[in-house]
Amino acid sequence: MRLTGERELGFVLYELLDVEALCARERFQEHGRETFDAALETARQIAGDLFAPCNRAADEDEPRIENGRIVTLPAYQAALDAFFEAGFGAAHVDAELGGLQMPWTVAQACFSQFLMANVAATSYPMLTIGAANMLAAFGTEAQKADHLEAMYAGRTYGTMALTEPQAGSSLADIRTRAEPTGEGDYRIKGTKIFISGGEHELSGNIVHMVLARLPDAPPGVKGISMFLVPRYRPDGEGRPVIDNDVALAGLIHKMGWRGTVSTMLNFGEKGECRGTLVGAANRGLAHMFHMMNEARIGVAMCATMLGAAGYNASLDYARERPQGRPAGAKDPTSAPVPIVAHADVRRMLLAQKSYVEGAFALGLACARLVDEQATAADETARREAGLLLEILTPVMKAWSSDWCLEANRLAIQIHGGYGYTREYPVEQHYRDNRLNPIHEGTNGIQAIDLLGRKAVMQDGAALALLRREIMRTVEAGRGSTALADYAEALAKALDRLDRVTATLAAHMAEDAEAGLANASVYLAMTGHTVIAWIWLRQALAAERGLAAGDVGVSEEDGGARDFYEGKLASCRYFFRWELPATVTQAALLESRDDTCLAVRPEQL
Amino acid sequence: MKILVPVKRVVDYNVKIRVKADGTGVETQNVKMSMNPFDEIAVEQAIRLKEAGLAEEIIAVSLGVTQSQETIRTALAMGADRGILVETDEALEPLGVAKCLQKIAEKEGPGLILMGKQAIDDDANQTPQMLSALLGWAQATYVSKLEIADGKAKVKREIDGGLENLEIALPAVLSVDLRLNEPRYASLPNIMKAKKKPIDTMSPADLGVDVSPRLVTLKVTEPPKRAGGVKVESVAELVDKLRNEAKVI
Repeated sequence: MRLTGERELGFVLYELLDVEALCARERFQEHGRETFDAALETARQIAGDLFAPCNRAADEDEPRIENGRIVTLPAYQAALDAFFEAGFGAAHVDAELGGLQMPWTVAQACFSQFLMANVAATSYPMLTIGAANMLAAFGTEAQKADHLEAMYAGRTYGTMALTEPQAGSSLADIRTRAEPTGEGDYRIKGTKIFISGGEHELSGNIVHMVLARLPDAPPGVKGISMFLVPRYRPDGEGRPVIDNDVALAGLIHKMGWRGTVSTMLNFGEKGECRGTLVGAANRGLAHMFHMMNEARIGVAMCATMLGAAGYNASLDYARERPQGRPAGAKDPTSAPVPIVAHADVRRMLLAQKSYVEGAFALGLACARLVDEQATAADETARREAGLLLEILTPVMKAWSSDWCLEANRLAIQIHGGYGYTREYPVEQHYRDNRLNPIHEGTNGIQAIDLLGRKAVMQDGAALALLRREIMRTVEAGRGSTALADYAEALAKALDRLDRVTATLAAHMAEDAEAGLANASVYLAMTGHTVIAWIWLRQALAAERGLAAGDVGVSEEDGGARDFYEGKLASCRYFFRWELPATVTQAALLESRDDTCLAVRPEQL
Repeated sequence: MKILVPVKRVVDYNVKIRVKADGTGVETQNVKMSMNPFDEIAVEQAIRLKEAGLAEEIIAVSLGVTQSQETIRTALAMGADRGILVETDEALEPLGVAKCLQKIAEKEGPGLILMGKQAIDDDANQTPQMLSALLGWAQATYVSKLEIADGKAKVKREIDGGLENLEIALPAVLSVDLRLNEPRYASLPNIMKAKKKPIDTMSPADLGVDVSPRLVTLKVTEPPKRAGGVKVESVAELVDKLRNEAKVI
């Protein structure tokens, strides 16, 4: 399987985001382009050698229960062990915890290669790293000492155990309870569902990050606490061997993403399940969001890399599949052309390229903000990076999962009837990707998060900051003859977004329900504006690349010129074919349209 | 015991080779380069010997342009201890390489030189044999199994007829084959450690070797396109064609 071109990785990391600049900071001073490239190379090798080959196999042979134990493919164990042995679980982690202190941006770029090869297998480390990072931020010294190093090294895997059968998106309604035992820990009782990686034999132990209520907890989300619940508790000598009464109640059989075992878990069926409090009592939701925000950015990367896999597959197919003749060709006996010669096929390829590479650049740009938030020299820069991340997280999660799924639809379309068969990889990409608009907060939830919280918080400070950043790119674009029109189009889109935000903010103040009713359109519009910004940034970087010379001619030199011109073509596509959608979206939103709000359930 | 492992920077095995338009060679500009895969196997074997307590130090040597340093770094990230780069822009040929390696071996005094049986770019399969002759050391080529004990190497060689078992005295030059081992991945901690490992840089002149080419390349062309096959009507016809046209049975 072909992974992301090194050219693309190099372009985004070094030409667009200048990650080398991070090496001047104390935390990253041991690093340089040399270590980044070597790490990426190892990631590509392991992803290609071990993750890609079992991607299809796990789809066809999903985890099952035998003699009370979950059976996964042996190839999964080998792939995941290689991942952790090579140190990817601890790439970003502090040196004192056995980590490499690699920038999060580069760690994510490495991670993207595993996601592209096998998203389901990569879920296990993704969940584990997310849970460990949350523990690192809020856990007690004892919890950290017991689990962190083991999690980053892959001996213990982690999960997020939030959802319950009666409470999915609505965490205020969870019922799992935690009773103090009087011995410093808590007795946990309740049922959780859709718990990815909830039980398996891939790691020696599993720690679940469980949301539950204390006996005296206030109702709603202000009464939720976070507990660390291991599969196996330590015995007197600290060996994790005591069964902690977390029972596997069933497996979920999914449409895609089948290699990741999805479970229903009963905590404390026998009253013997013990957990320890993570962070402060009744602050569980805030702690969960630390993990959840990372997970949402992670979901966007999953969606993006599945989109990229489909784009690559359909591009290869379109270049090789001969079918039909140019519209003007008269001779029916002439040789058929590869379907990439047809404009409509190129449309579908260019659309995929603009969605996938737009989402990829946004994903790593957000990762760069994570590094900025953690290591920027001055406090203002750190705070601003955090604020930008807050507003970009729902946009990235929802936009990338909606549009990279659309990319997968187009990849199937290019394959024609073959794309609908299980002989080609694109149907699996689509099924796998269909999860991403749903999990870690549905895209409907993301829309409410964006409009109801992020766009208006601190008097719109996050949005104002995003505007400032986008205007910087607009100013740079105005200085380029070829890109000035796009810069103007982006400035106009930004003005539209401001107007719409003001209208909706006022509407929400009058009537929260009515004001939020069309939030998904607001998110779609914001997403297209943000991706247009990302494309203008990429186009400016491509112009710099072309101007720097030494790009030779196409084909003969590895296609350096084609690479940059392809970026310019994608930017053009996005501005001409996609960004105009924001005009109609803005019109609908500004009219305070109530079509969906007004229709009564009985009328449906 | 020291082990010397020569590593060559070649066009990556995944890259589709393109012949330059002027027919002077293959295109290497903007093409991904990496360590010759057979050399990776040699590096891996050296590391295993060191891990087994049979060697103390592994020296990775590369010859070529400045960027060959990256290939040495890869060997260091796998587990080699230090590197030597013989830097030159000259188009290197097996004899020149073998002479440089001879000088380095005489200076370093390794007990073993482990190298790939050939490089995937020119497929010359000459350097190990030339080096062994220049040093006057024993050699074993196409090694697919290796045991070291009592100053001797017991090897299995992959030869046309099957496998040959040899026992040779050290110091020796061994050229390794595909099935000897599966090279490890460069782990992130080892990539970081590799940054701090030393690489000595010298020129062929420093070694007193003249590496100027002895061969003249007349022309490089793509191999001829494969002609289409034919369908035969019967087994008898197939046998007849194999016997009389292809002359393989």
